Amino acid sequence: MRLRAERVVVRYPGSSVPALDDVSMDVPPGSLYAVLGPNGSGKSSLMRALLGLRRIEGRVLIDERPVGSWDRRELARAVGAVTQSESISFPLTTRELVAMGRYPYLGPLEREGEDDRAAIERALTACDLVGLAGRDVTTLSGGEFQRARLARALAQEPRALVLDEPTASLDVGHEMTILELLRSSADSGMTVLLITHGLDMAARFADRMLLLSRGRVAAEGSPAEVVREETLRAVYGWPLAVHQDPTTGAPRVTPLGSR
Amino acid sequence: MNRWVLGAGLLLATVVSVLLGVRLGSVPLTTAQVLEALRGGGDPVVRDIVVQLRLPRVLLGVLVGGGLAIAGATFQALLRNPLAEPYILGISGGASVGAVLVLAFGWMAAGSWALPLAAFAGALLAIVLVFRVATATGRAMDVRVLLLAGVVVAAFFSACIAFILSISPARTVQSAVLWIMGSLAGATWRGVLLTAAYTTPAAVLLIGLARPLNLLSIGEETAHHLGADVEKVKRTSLVVAALITASGVAVAGVIGFVGLVVPHAVRLLIGSDHRALLPLSFLAGAAFLTLADLAARLALSPTEIPIGVITAFIGVPFFLVLLRRSIAA
Repeated sequence: MRLRAERVVVRYPGSSVPALDDVSMDVPPGSLYAVLGPNGSGKSSLMRALLGLRRIEGRVLIDERPVGSWDRRELARAVGAVTQSESISFPLTTRELVAMGRYPYLGPLEREGEDDRAAIERALTACDLVGLAGRDVTTLSGGEFQRARLARALAQEPRALVLDEPTASLDVGHEMTILELLRSSADSGMTVLLITHGLDMAARFADRMLLLSRGRVAAEGSPAEVVREETLRAVYGWPLAVHQDPTTGAPRVTPLGSR
Repeated sequence: MNRWVLGAGLLLATVVSVLLGVRLGSVPLTTAQVLEALRGGGDPVVRDIVVQLRLPRVLLGVLVGGGLAIAGATFQALLRNPLAEPYILGISGGASVGAVLVLAFGWMAAGSWALPLAAFAGALLAIVLVFRVATATGRAMDVRVLLLAGVVVAAFFSACIAFILSISPARTVQSAVLWIMGSLAGATWRGVLLTAAYTTPAAVLLIGLARPLNLLSIGEETAHHLGADVEKVKRTSLVVAALITASGVAVAGVIGFVGLVVPHAVRLLIGSDHRALLPLSFLAGAAFLTLADLAARLALSPTEIPIGVITAFIGVPFFLVLLRRSIAA
């Protein structure tokens, strides 16, 4: 499944500066595409635009079809999304949360069938949640909850995943678990769009990167093309050095002192 | 707890409380007398008590209690707020203004329907006002604005009530206060049928929306991504739940507590899946209000205590016990 944005502009009412201004990107199937940028650069607006939650100028194409022409349930079967945060006010088990990923497959009163249960179990296993399936999600740690939300998106059995900072509150072990999961999903044909602040991890795992600055595209291309000192310095407004990581071979960013 | 076990238990509790509600009162009856009266035989006085007084009253309790509980569960899900309750949109305030106006101006003389009609009209006015405010901000309805609008509209109606009562004679004030605290004493068959004609299909509709409500209860954006038609579900279920509340308030006054606590109690027992939560809240609310009404009639018989007092007196300790148990578990 291909995700494409063509000259997308997003404006919020009451703001004279567009949140996204003339942003184009093309995420082919089987690739991991990372979107980066400082706070407020338009990353989350891009996600909402891609998933048809914002009125936009320009075009968003999912599988070559405008996103607006997708029925919501149909879209949910094709694209799984994990938003930046979520707060749960009511008691709910991990399994129930993950099972919500089956919503677009079931009729109003239909019960989960064999396929649904199998998809839920696969998602729980992939995110290492089998032992936590019966736990109330409000008692999970930040990392466990993030994994549960990712598992819910996997239970949708989508052909594309869009994730907004899924590893933001995770320790390095869980961060790596999720990134490796996303990498292997992409390798097996899934389209993965990852919004993140982690320059190093993005440079290491992504096939291509998009760097946003104040709603505009500051750089787009392979990690080696995007992760460059002068580009990052200008976008983040902070002195930094880029060198090659001796272990992974990927570009690595070291922020310098301000003087 | 298994949801089917709880469902069977609550169904049984509802049936038993209906039976007790018909049997017990200032004139206690036996089950045999009740059955005899229902078949149209026996003592005509007993028949009147059963058919004209107690049965409509008990059935109204079932409908209003169940309606308030299912409406409360729906509001809590949509507003993602465990403190939400059916009156949160100012519906009780609007209904009370309608009722108080009728009492203050002596329009009761126009007919027994004047008071419920005015209360219903007041409730509708509140709903329309609140929804107009909440949808004025843009295409999507913002539930935070809805909550805030509800609080403000309720405050305005409280001021209206205070104003009307401050220029009314003491007798009017007393009957207004009693109406506001709620009672099933005015139950008639016509009231029961009207309430049933609305509440039953509305409750079925809400239960049909249980799966999208599950998604909405965890967040609107997530619900979108999981395939729910968020705006449609939100608007439909809010309007339906608000109208259930309005029809209940119109015939029984402002009975507090049922819509807030019954859904929580059910949630503590079986979790937050609305496919089970909504129907079981209806049953629990029905049984609870019927029993509360029985207590209201019997406790200081022949004087009746306002049913809202009873719902709080029984409900609070019961809920605290449940809460303690669930925290301990």
